[in-house]
Amino acid sequence: MIPTPVRISRTLVTVAALAALAASPLLAQQDTGKAVEQQGIRIGITYQPGVRPGMLVLGVGPNEVLDSIRTILARDLDYSDRFEMINLPGGDSLTIALAPHEQAQGGMFVNYGLYQALGADFAVHVRAVTDSTVSITLYDVKGHGPRKEITLGLPSMADPAFRMQVHRASDEIVRAVTGTPGYAASRLLFVQENGRIYRIDADGAGQVAETPAGVKTFSPAWGPNGREFAYTQFAGDNGAIYVQNVVTGERRIVPPTANGLNYTPAFSPDGTTLAFTQSNGSGSDIYTYNVAKHCCLQRLTVGRFSDNLSPAYSPDGGRIAFVSTRAGLPQIYVMTSDGTNQELFAPFDYGVTGESHGPEWSPDGLHVTFHRDVAGSPQVFVMDVATRTVRQLTSTGRNEDPTWAPDGSHIAFVSNRTGARQLWVIDLETGRVRQITRIGGTRLPAWSRRID
Amino acid sequence: MRVSFAMTVALGAVVAAVACGGGQPAPPPQPAVDSAAIRDSIARAEAARRDSIARAQAEAQRMAAQRRADSLAAIKATTDRVAAMLADRIHFDFNKSNIRPGDDSVLDQKIAILQANPALTISVTGHCDERGSDEYNLALGNRRAIAAKQYMVAHGISADRITTASRGEEDPIDPAHNETAWAQNRRDEFAITAGGNMLKAPGGM
Repeated sequence: MIPTPVRISRTLVTVAALAALAASPLLAQQDTGKAVEQQGIRIGITYQPGVRPGMLVLGVGPNEVLDSIRTILARDLDYSDRFEMINLPGGDSLTIALAPHEQAQGGMFVNYGLYQALGADFAVHVRAVTDSTVSITLYDVKGHGPRKEITLGLPSMADPAFRMQVHRASDEIVRAVTGTPGYAASRLLFVQENGRIYRIDADGAGQVAETPAGVKTFSPAWGPNGREFAYTQFAGDNGAIYVQNVVTGERRIVPPTANGLNYTPAFSPDGTTLAFTQSNGSGSDIYTYNVAKHCCLQRLTVGRFSDNLSPAYSPDGGRIAFVSTRAGLPQIYVMTSDGTNQELFAPFDYGVTGESHGPEWSPDGLHVTFHRDVAGSPQVFVMDVATRTVRQLTSTGRNEDPTWAPDGSHIAFVSNRTGARQLWVIDLETGRVRQITRIGGTRLPAWSRRID
Repeated sequence: MRVSFAMTVALGAVVAAVACGGGQPAPPPQPAVDSAAIRDSIARAEAARRDSIARAQAEAQRMAAQRRADSLAAIKATTDRVAAMLADRIHFDFNKSNIRPGDDSVLDQKIAILQANPALTISVTGHCDERGSDEYNLALGNRRAIAAKQYMVAHGISADRITTASRGEEDPIDPAHNETAWAQNRRDEFAITAGGNMLKAPGGM
C-alpha cells in the first residue's frame, strides 16, 4: 500500500510560493519530492507527482443551495480517494469570475494558470442554470479546457433525493478522470446497539431509521437494486427474515423463516433467491428460498456435527462463499450455488490460523473479503479468488464484518479502534482509512450497489 | 370423602347436643296455658339449632381448607425447589460447546427431575460472550444448547421433551467487557415449557 501523501506539505509550498512569486511555473519543479529552501523557509515535500491528480473545487459565492452542492461534491471527491484535494485557507472564495470583457461576450473566465499554480490538475465548478437546474463543470487544468459538464435537475434541498442527485454527479466526475465511477451514490445499512437498522449515504450523512424502536433486528442485506433489503427480526428465541422496501417501508415475511432462528440472508444477484442460515435442533445450515416465485425451499448444507452459515453469492450468482466449522474452527468455504462442490476457499494453517467469518464477494468477483482472528482480535482480510492468496488490511483494534463499496476498491467495516464500535472505510489502493459513523454501538454493515 | 365423613360426624354431634338440651315439648296433650310462650320457646330452640349447625359447618370447612392449603403449600414449595434446580445454568469455555466436567452433575440433576416428572418439557437456550463474530455466535449458542440436549438424551430423556434455541451474544447476563462477565455470559439457560405446575422432587433431593 502507498502511504497517504502529505497534503499539508503541498499546501504550504503553494501558499509560500504564492506569497513569494504569485503564480509561477517554478511550482511544477518544486513538486518533485525534494526539500526546498526559500527565503529562509524550509519546506519538506513528500508529494509524489502522478500518483493522484490535484483537485480544486471552486467556490460558489453566497448561495445556500450551490454551497450545499459544493460541500457534498467536495466531500465525495475527497472520499473517492482518487484525488489530492486542494484545500487552501480561504480557498472557498476562489471562484470563477467573469472578466468584464468576457462578460460582454457571455463567456467564462477560467484562470487555468492560477489553478495550476495551486497544484490542481482538475477544477470543478458549480453554477446555477435555472432555479431548479445546476451545471457542474469539470475543467482539465493542464489541458486548458472543460472535460465534462453535468446538468442536474434538483429537487428541493429538503428532499432526500437532493443528496443522491449530487452523489451521482460526483461519481460521474470521478469516472471522467479515472475511467471508473466513484461510490458516492450508494448507501449502507447497519444495526445499532438499540437493535434498530439504520441507513446512511456512503458519505455517512442522511441517516434514516429503517426499523421501529423496540424491535431487535440483525444481519441486514441489500437486494441487488438498492430498493429493498432483507434482515432478521428477533422475537424471543425466534428470528424471522423479512424483506423491506426502502422507499415505501412495506415489508413481508419470508414464509419458511416464520419459525425457528433464521439469519444472515443474502440475495442472489438476480434478486430471485434468498440464501440464509437456519439454526435448529440439528445445528446451523444454509438454505435457499425463491422469493420471486414463493417456492422451492432447499437445504444446501448438511452439517450434522458442524455448522454452516453466512452465505454470500458471487456476482455471477454461480457460487456461494460461506463459513463452516467442518474442520474445527470456523473458516471460509465455497460451493456451487446449488450446494454441490463444497470446498475450502480461504486457505488456513490448521491449529495456527485464527477463525474466519463474514465472507463477501467483491462486485467484480475477483476478491472476497472476510475477517479472521489474529492474536485474539478480528482483522479484515482480502483474498484474491484466482490465486487464493490472502492479505491483511487492518491491524489496529478489532476490525470485523467487512462489506464492499460498489466501486470494488473500498471496504467498510466495524472497528473499535477509537473506543465504541463504529463504521470505517478503507481504500484498498491508497490504504486511507476514515470513520463514517459517530453514534457508537454500530455493527453488521451492508453496502448497497450503486443506486440509479 | 374425608371431608364429607368429618361433616357427618360433626352434624351428628350437633343433633345429639340439641336433643339433650330438652328443647322439645313433652308429647302428651295438655291444656294450653300460654300457647304464645310455647311458640316462642320452639322458635328459640329452632334458631339455636340452626346456629349450631352453621357454626359446625363453618369450622369443618375451615379445617378442610387448612388441610388443602397445607398440602398445596407443600406442593408449591417442592415445585419451586425443583424448578430452581432445573434453572441452574451450565457454562462453557471460550468458543467451545462441549459440556465441562463439573457441569455434568448439573445436567444429571435435570435428568433426574425429568424422569420424576414425565409430563415436564423444557427448553435449552445457548448464549455466548461478546467476543466472537456476531453472526457465528448464534450458531455457537445453538451448538451449546444442542450439547446439553444431547447429554440428556444420551442419558435416557426423550428428545421430544427438550427444545433448543440460541440468543448468540444478544442477551448477556453481565454487559461488562471483562473475563468475569464473559465467563458468566457463556452459558445454557433452562426453562420449563410445559408440565411444570406441580413438580415432584426426584428421590433423595
